[in-house]
Amino acid sequence: METLLISLLNGLVYGMLLFMLASGLTLIFSMMGVLNFAHASIYMLGAYLAFTVSEYVGFFPALIVAPILCGLIGAAIEIWGLRRAHHNGHIAELLFTFGLVFIIQRVVQMTWGMLPMAYRVPPSLDFPLFVLYGSNFPAYRGFMLVISAAMLLGTWLLLKKTRVGLIIQAALSHPQMVSALGHNVPRVFTTVFAGGCVLAGLAGVIGGNYQTTEPGMADSMGPIVFVVVVFGGLGSLAGCFVASILMGMVQTFAVVIDYSIADLLRPLGLAISGDTLLTEVLTVPVARIGALLPFVMMVTILFFRPRGLMGTRDT
Amino acid sequence: MTALSLRDVRKNFGPTEIIRGVSLDIAPGERHCIIGPNGAGKTTCFNLISGRFPISSGEILLNDQRIDTLPPHKINRLGLSRSFQITSIFHRLSVFENLRCALLWSRGYRYSFWSPLWRQKALNEAAEHLLEELNLAARRDILAGLLSYAEQRALEIGMTIAGGASVILLDEPTAGMSNTETDYAMALIRRVTQGKTLLMVEHDMKVVFDLADTITVLVYGQVIASGPPEAVRANRAVQEAYLGALEE
Amino acid sequence: MKSRWLILVLIAAAIALPWGFYDWSHHRHDGFLISVLSQTGMMIVLALSYNMLLGQAGLFSLCHATFFGIGGYAMVHFLNAAGHDELPVPMEIMPLLAGLSGLGLAILFGAMATKQRATAFAMITLGIGELMATAALMFHHFFGGEGGVTTDRMIDNSVFGLTYASGIQVYYLIVAWTLIAVALMYFLTLTPLGRMANATRDNYERAQFIGYDPRMVRFIQFALSGFFAGIGGGLYAITYEIVTFDALAAPLSANALLMAYIGGTTVFGGPILGAILITLLQSGVSLLSNSWLVYVGVMFIGMVIFAPSGLAGIIQAHGPIQRAGRLGRLTVPYLRLVLPALALLLGFVGLVELMSFLTIGAAQGKKLILFGNPIDVHATVPWVVSSVSLVVGGTWLRFEAAVFHRVWERLSAEVSR
Repeated sequence: METLLISLLNGLVYGMLLFMLASGLTLIFSMMGVLNFAHASIYMLGAYLAFTVSEYVGFFPALIVAPILCGLIGAAIEIWGLRRAHHNGHIAELLFTFGLVFIIQRVVQMTWGMLPMAYRVPPSLDFPLFVLYGSNFPAYRGFMLVISAAMLLGTWLLLKKTRVGLIIQAALSHPQMVSALGHNVPRVFTTVFAGGCVLAGLAGVIGGNYQTTEPGMADSMGPIVFVVVVFGGLGSLAGCFVASILMGMVQTFAVVIDYSIADLLRPLGLAISGDTLLTEVLTVPVARIGALLPFVMMVTILFFRPRGLMGTRDT
Repeated sequence: MTALSLRDVRKNFGPTEIIRGVSLDIAPGERHCIIGPNGAGKTTCFNLISGRFPISSGEILLNDQRIDTLPPHKINRLGLSRSFQITSIFHRLSVFENLRCALLWSRGYRYSFWSPLWRQKALNEAAEHLLEELNLAARRDILAGLLSYAEQRALEIGMTIAGGASVILLDEPTAGMSNTETDYAMALIRRVTQGKTLLMVEHDMKVVFDLADTITVLVYGQVIASGPPEAVRANRAVQEAYLGALEE
Repeated sequence: MKSRWLILVLIAAAIALPWGFYDWSHHRHDGFLISVLSQTGMMIVLALSYNMLLGQAGLFSLCHATFFGIGGYAMVHFLNAAGHDELPVPMEIMPLLAGLSGLGLAILFGAMATKQRATAFAMITLGIGELMATAALMFHHFFGGEGGVTTDRMIDNSVFGLTYASGIQVYYLIVAWTLIAVALMYFLTLTPLGRMANATRDNYERAQFIGYDPRMVRFIQFALSGFFAGIGGGLYAITYEIVTFDALAAPLSANALLMAYIGGTTVFGGPILGAILITLLQSGVSLLSNSWLVYVGVMFIGMVIFAPSGLAGIIQAHGPIQRAGRLGRLTVPYLRLVLPALALLLGFVGLVELMSFLTIGAAQGKKLILFGNPIDVHATVPWVVSSVSLVVGGTWLRFEAAVFHRVWERLSAEVSR
């Protein structure tokens, strides 16, 4: 029971963090038709920038400053890079963002070094929020939940109540119509791209000290976020949300499940013994293959629903 | 026996019904034109027949065989071929390669990765012959994307008829052409569709009345008249809805 | 005609190069050279098979190393079986088995991935690649976990009675298989499937209306490209006698993409050029500099924006001007580009190296040494020099590039008339 509740909360925290990344990715994709491979790299930049900024002015100003810096970087990428690559076709855009991954990765390594940063939870939030059956729930995770919920609400209001939001919504359902609208499309693109980067940066600020701020964090986060977006269905914000939470839960629960497929089969009278690849697959406990699960889930859902959980678009 | 037949075909996009119960019978060898104002659903009709979109209800038969549940490539293999209003060619392949690609399936090559193209004599001759027929022989090795507009339209028609389909759907083949280009294109269409069933969407009334055996008038997704050119010209409803406004 | 000569020269070079550096006094081949050349061979196979997807079918795949890696792992198990006399197949045929392993896995994953188009395809292949890389670390029976699996290539079963104890024998086996694979892949581009792959790349929808199922075209193309990648992986296993998860992980997939794209995806030989270039750079520059990935990354992005048809595409673009005999008129504009480009390059490399020595180098205890002089990365002068060189070179290059562009346009116009 206690592991269940704690895992549920942890899964929610992780899921919301995933959603913060995945929603930016989905917005950019829906609007511009570009999958930003460098999205997780911006997340990493957010964490590093937050670390450096908080060294000087403390964590809470960094919570504002770092995402804004990421947004500016995003705008620069869109204006001077992506827009030029756009002329060379769709695949060129994908390739461009893919190339950015390398560059950001190395720039981070060159600027901050290869070792993990001492980016810690601020002392004012470093206390147990409450105790459940003897286990602590850190206040910082509660804070993460608050921030991500606020972000969710903010994005929702922005989409529902503002002009840009309306255009983005229109683009979500009728992508080909965007160019037909009389709006300054390039500026909308820049805004959306920068906005997505702000979200990724924010996720980096609060994720950087929740996980570890180190040069490999983009590589470990990136694939999971892409899986979330595909699993939920490309272009669907609702699907993206469900998939994020689900993936968060799966990841945290997998760690605590010590059963294997063989354990499931045993009550049925099937005993598994021997030493082959198949028996290894069957007897490995779920906890050990936690990292594998998101990809297995993605492949499975695509087999049954090629458009993902709630996707409506083909591309 | 009909070459192509639509029975109470309907199509909704969301809550809006675009095609509202169209029925048509086209005899083998007939030249049939569909006319109608913008947004009447002519191109949508083509998209339904060729399998690009699924229909909402009704039946479509090609040579008395149901095709409305089949994907486009299967419909094509049964002998129905279409062109596009917005030129649709393989722009990074040469003109010759475009035509050869269009010939491949009907000549039984399927997905062959063992027969080298340069050794397929009959296939290559057919492609060369088609080039001559389209008057594109001089442009043989140019990338299709670099052709002039009228040349691209000719290539599009060539690719549509290449596979030897018995039913040909042409979507505004003369759109955006000058008068001489139009005359040339119509002569080409007559020549290459000889003995085939032709269904065509066209805006140019001169072309329509010149070419068609039967004309169908589509307005807001419904057939308001269908028959020989004289009958359609004389039809009061058509005059009011459409012709009058165009011919003034 | 010209390209035929080029092919012959390349083959001759591949055969002769090891002897050019033969150490006659010790009767020994240059081990480093043989290893670089062997690697170049398998990378050519990898890059070309990748281009069957990217360049020829317009498919942006991110799991190509999966099939390379599985070919490698399978090869290790085949070799081990052959070593225990359980698999009576001579060494010379073995890479074919590795290719078939790649084909098998590509059929499985291709059936899933090719249902999708464009972006979704890219993401699914990314997922597949991660799935396999993670699985490789987890399951010990087939993949050996983090340590990988090892083998002994001296299975004593050869058509020519060779032992494959020395690197040079393996190298010639690689040359032979690379030639076979390249020839087969070239042949594929001349078949109906190869042509229809181009067609679905250019216009997915139109392919349907000439009777082809574009998904089937892509599926077969995908499977075949997995076959060739598997052959490449087999050669890898023979060369190194160990296969770890590096052989199927994301960095290698990315490498396949870089090689194919930088070399040029629009020309068949482009990826060969890319594979040679990147492998040489990798074994040369990566020894000198920590930051070689930055250079490759910047080069890649530069190409995406300014030269999407790659190096081979740039060379090909000179064709019409060369045929008209006016290549000489480009000499001066080209020469004028050299100085500013050098300045830009120096400035950029300088800044990157300074920065990297400030952080990574310091952590490793290395010092930046230029022409024998240690350079203090904390001093102001090198930073200022590099920055000035970068900015001046960049501005100057923009100006000269505009001049070059004008000459180029004029020449192209003259030639096409």
